[in-house]
Amino acid sequence: MGIVSPGFSGRRRESSEKLPPGQYLVTDFPVLSAGPTPRVDTGRWELRITTETGQVHRWDWAAFQALPAEEPTVDIHCVTKWSKLGTHWRGVSLDTLLADVETSAGFATAKSYGGYTTNLPLADLVDGQAWVAFDFGGEPLEAEHGGPARLLVPHLYFWKSAKWLQGIDLSDHDTPGFWESLGYHNYGDPWREQRYWGD
Amino acid sequence: MARAAVLGRLTWRVGTVAALRDETATARTIVLDVPGWPGHLAGQHVDVRLTAEDGYSTERSYSIASAPVDGQAGPPVVELTVQRLADGEVSPYLTQTLAVGYPLELRGPVGGWFVWNPDGPGSTRPVLLVAGGSGVVPLMAMIRERAAAGGRAPFRLIYSVRDPGALLYADELARRERAGDGLEVTYVYTRTAPPGSGQPTGRINAATLASAGWPPAESPAVFVCGPTGFVEAVADLLVRGGHGTGAIKTERFGPSGGKP
Amino acid sequence: MSDDYMDGNMLGGALGELFTMDVTTAAITCVSCGASWTIAQTRVYPHAPGMVARCPACDAVLLRLVRGPDRAWLDLRGVTCLQLAVPGQ
Repeated sequence: MGIVSPGFSGRRRESSEKLPPGQYLVTDFPVLSAGPTPRVDTGRWELRITTETGQVHRWDWAAFQALPAEEPTVDIHCVTKWSKLGTHWRGVSLDTLLADVETSAGFATAKSYGGYTTNLPLADLVDGQAWVAFDFGGEPLEAEHGGPARLLVPHLYFWKSAKWLQGIDLSDHDTPGFWESLGYHNYGDPWREQRYWGD
Repeated sequence: MARAAVLGRLTWRVGTVAALRDETATARTIVLDVPGWPGHLAGQHVDVRLTAEDGYSTERSYSIASAPVDGQAGPPVVELTVQRLADGEVSPYLTQTLAVGYPLELRGPVGGWFVWNPDGPGSTRPVLLVAGGSGVVPLMAMIRERAAAGGRAPFRLIYSVRDPGALLYADELARRERAGDGLEVTYVYTRTAPPGSGQPTGRINAATLASAGWPPAESPAVFVCGPTGFVEAVADLLVRGGHGTGAIKTERFGPSGGKP
Repeated sequence: MSDDYMDGNMLGGALGELFTMDVTTAAITCVSCGASWTIAQTRVYPHAPGMVARCPACDAVLLRLVRGPDRAWLDLRGVTCLQLAVPGQ
């Protein structure tokens, strides 16, 4: 830790017993991105789920919007230490998307327009734990926050909630994604503070 | 001579605020005593780190405004000029809370590319400096270095701001220009020109660069610094105006004059 | 939002803790499109869990850096190699 800067407190922060270790609350919604913001027109948007046997399930925007949607209110935690409690989303549950998908795969890789990837066990995408979200705070999800649609997996650090979701590949093998291959924890449970390899 | 870019691993050091100088209503120069400072080149920057009592910390980068000083008695001095952003996190602290005697953690000097060295190869070439807002800070270090080193390379600065109240170093630039030793400054106002001047407002365009800059035939070294959009637009105009891309060096800032 | 990048000059501090000479002047070649740059000229996206430098010509990732409290991870797979100027003896 560096020397304390007298009189410095930074943006308004609170701690709360509802927060995972090492996190602080923010009032804004920071935008973190590893590259230029993809601009994806819903007219050409497509979501694909590809199974370990190569079977592809796809939805265009109309088909996706026709699916039953939920309105989860969740807490989100970024590995850079900010958290937001009670964020409102609208999205399609992965349970709905996977309902007709035949798979025995154990692992999933979420892929974004623009090339970003992140990996997680399939078990963490099901049973009401994850959505493909397209509205935030009652408004269509902005591009800088991952719109038209992003993955939302709030029980893991938010880098797992891939923005600009394009597809999910199911596999018997676990393949570390963009950050997981460069020091960030392969699983990323904020409550066990799994930020980096070996944590 | 302690002018060379530092060798050895960079680590955080603690400087002490020796003096503070208001440059405008919203910008301030911080003069720091930094024991062990290895020296720097004009154009380099430092990373500044602030840490709250609960351990929360954040970093920003700021260009060094002061010229490298050679053979100075007493602890070496590093000056930073910081523009306050209304919704900033670090700039309000640096421009309003920080006081003389306070510690400030910094790491540097950083950067060997966006530098002008009066002793380096090509140092007699004409130099074109193009500044957008607080992008003038590293260019001012170059202007100060040129004067301190007795440099002969002719310098032209094109300095774009919103209005005259936003000008940094206005008096000093006027004084240096009046000294008549080869510095010429052209001001471009994007919103409000000085009252009574009759000068039109607007962004830097090809005509500005042609009339206030150097023609490509002079092979100037070009340094452009400011917000990303400004730098991209100016670099593009320079290339279209015939300047080689290899001659143009750019540094992009965040809006506060420091990079987040 | 595509304008929301800085340049490789700002990697100099973080990389300066890992290398003993200035890295911003190091020359690199993009493995995707073959364009050559100094690190200072790359497009750096700083608002992320790590720093990502991209090719100004084709946007491919050139290098990535993650800093943990006591470790750093540097990925240079997006460049053919890093050419550094080492002061002569």
